[in-house]
Amino acid sequence: MTAPTAALPGVATTLTPERIEERLRVRFPDVTIRRQTGEAVRDHTLYVPADQLVEICTFLRDDPELDFAMLSWIAGVDYLPRDPRFEVVYGLLSLARNARVNLKVALGEEHPRVPSVTGVWPTADWHERETYDFYGIEFSGHPALTRILLPEDWVGWPLRKDSPLGYEEVAFTHNTPGRTVPDPKLKKLAPKKVKYRAH
Amino acid sequence: MTDEKNPNPFRTLAEPPKPAPPPQGMSEEDTIREELERGVLFSSVEKMVNWARANAIWPLGFGLACCAIEMMAIVGPRFDISRFGAEVFRASPRQADLMIVAGRVSIKMAPVLRQLYDQMPDPKWVISMGACASCGGVFNNYAILQGVDKIVPVDVYVPGCPPRPEALIHGIMKLQEKILTSRVELGPFPTKKKKSRKAVA
Amino acid sequence: MTLNMGPQHPSTHGVLRVALELDGETVVDARSMIGYLHTGMEKQAEYKTYTQSIPQTDRMDYLSPMSNNLALCLAAEKLLGIEAPARTQAIRVLLTELTRISAHCVWLGTHALDIGAMTVFFYCFREREKVLSIYEHVCGARMTASYIRVGGLAMDIPAGFLDRCQKFVDEMPAHVDEYEKLLSKNPIWLARTQGVAQLSQKDAIGLGATGPVLRGSGVKWDLRKNQPYCGYDEYDFEVPVGVSGGDAYDRYMVRVQEMRQATKIAHQAIAKIRAMGEKGDYRLRDYKYVLPPKEDVKTSMEALIHHFKIVAHGFFPPVGEAYQAIEAPKGELGFYFVSDGTPRPWRMKVRSPSFVHLQTLPSMIRGRLVADVITAIGSIDIVLGEVDR
Repeated sequence: MTAPTAALPGVATTLTPERIEERLRVRFPDVTIRRQTGEAVRDHTLYVPADQLVEICTFLRDDPELDFAMLSWIAGVDYLPRDPRFEVVYGLLSLARNARVNLKVALGEEHPRVPSVTGVWPTADWHERETYDFYGIEFSGHPALTRILLPEDWVGWPLRKDSPLGYEEVAFTHNTPGRTVPDPKLKKLAPKKVKYRAH
Repeated sequence: MTDEKNPNPFRTLAEPPKPAPPPQGMSEEDTIREELERGVLFSSVEKMVNWARANAIWPLGFGLACCAIEMMAIVGPRFDISRFGAEVFRASPRQADLMIVAGRVSIKMAPVLRQLYDQMPDPKWVISMGACASCGGVFNNYAILQGVDKIVPVDVYVPGCPPRPEALIHGIMKLQEKILTSRVELGPFPTKKKKSRKAVA
Repeated sequence: MTLNMGPQHPSTHGVLRVALELDGETVVDARSMIGYLHTGMEKQAEYKTYTQSIPQTDRMDYLSPMSNNLALCLAAEKLLGIEAPARTQAIRVLLTELTRISAHCVWLGTHALDIGAMTVFFYCFREREKVLSIYEHVCGARMTASYIRVGGLAMDIPAGFLDRCQKFVDEMPAHVDEYEKLLSKNPIWLARTQGVAQLSQKDAIGLGATGPVLRGSGVKWDLRKNQPYCGYDEYDFEVPVGVSGGDAYDRYMVRVQEMRQATKIAHQAIAKIRAMGEKGDYRLRDYKYVLPPKEDVKTSMEALIHHFKIVAHGFFPPVGEAYQAIEAPKGELGFYFVSDGTPRPWRMKVRSPSFVHLQTLPSMIRGRLVADVITAIGSIDIVLGEVDR
């Protein structure tokens, strides 16, 4: 029988975004880590290079002051006219320090490839498969990178901006040749108008 | 309830009434005919078979998405489907005769749906429940089949997103009407082969 | 032997396919195959405005539609930098807690039905019908509500709504007692759920579990307490945590206790709303992003123009991104929006708890019997609409 963990700190977090960046720069002095700035970038987001990703993630997980024990989500984003075209966003959560941080990896258009973090957080397995399924971004080192949500034999990467929505035109008389309005005589079979009462 | 008053302790109701003695002047044959007419029903095979099929529909438990929850609600105590004979939701398609497609059919699920439909024995019916099953509904995109009637023949469409349980029960009642008025095929009759008259030389 | 628990199965709670590698009756490995309900909601959201994506969220976790609406609206509000007024927050809390009760009722009913206790199913659906009637009273739809909107609610709460909620909340603890009387000390239930589908703390955190699955494994983490939203820090409630190693019985007890706590929170929320007035502010008065009330639209020219712009085009959020998560009945439900300044989001990513929890299935049932697979799937509480989106 394992005892429950002590009550974790409530609202206030002891870990500020600046502290996270400082710790990272101390540990990885020659890696370019820059913070994303913008008018409405509401979360603390750090751009990290793809080749150092696994080391940075391992450090974030194992460092006792940071303790980002949980990977919450991974998302791919396609900024089509821009280069680098793709971004993979990792949402990390620290239970003990009650802090969240987003890591972003920017990838180019040809052969977007990024190392897999399934060795750091086992939950990344399906998140990475989903990102591969939607965008075609390869995660090197992933145990079984196959399609997860779409059929196995689907061709294409649906969430890329140049993939169509797959919208099917609803057939009306004005856009389908040969389709006519039903016989007006059939209206006689319709029931009489019902008076509705508001109770 | 004691033994002296009531020699048969299992009988708690009054004694049933004895049948009336036959009126004078009726022969035995007439009495038998009268008895039969009180307890015998004449109808056609078609009507009887349709009546049996309509009032004991066994649905296949094929809930896909949100409509499945409203389908579960008709099994619940408030909207009771067992009043209509359809409370036995079979898990196996081999034992079911109604497939209620409840929910959106994605393209990955479409071949599975067709296979299940093929596994159901005749006679079988399909109710397309909800907007997503009838025509794609809210979702008009690459992932959802725009109407389950693209792959299986549908008997009743129940619109709604999700349809209220009463609407689904109305759909099942409409299907019962359809069954009661349908023709029944009794299969090919065996024919006697005529012997050839040619002499065998 | 490889056994296929196919997409059509009475106990997989939707279209889930699990390939079980068996050695006799012992499970050696389990591979889940999902995607049979994939709806392309994230792609579709790029073609719709934020408000038009709210009905899509109803159909994601279709057992707790108001929670999904709330998650999207909070993420959009975080992106816009606005906050709904206090009365609206209280109404949102009330509806979300009623949603939690209704979702846990369905979970308990179907989980018990899978294990064999059919009576609980009927009892739970009886309570769920009451919550659905309350939904219908407030917004017109039984399940797919779309009532919580960006900046507030779709419309004000009707007369008699609070009395109805009060009546439900007063009688709910007795119903939870009924369920516990049927199950909690039942020897069959204990034999089927104690020691079954264990998930250790380390595994739970590593596999990204949140919500009742994480709390069942002994970690006291609840977004309502740790990262509060919608004024949850002003409510008094407890967070139940499992004590015996994260088995199915733990998760059952956590959810049943959560039903009780939800009743408590709903009680406080009703009192709060009554204190702030039964009729009043139900939307933020920031007409740049939120629809003005209809009375103003009919009298003021400026409100009319704002109404027209917001309905015809949608509101124009600033360029940026935001992620906001809530404690949905299933776990941490989060929405990540990337905005490019246009009324349609550039990217909407849904972090759904059931998608993540389904990955814990193999580690729960390796080495156990086939019958425990059903218990495990039931105790994780997955909803395929959320898994596949």
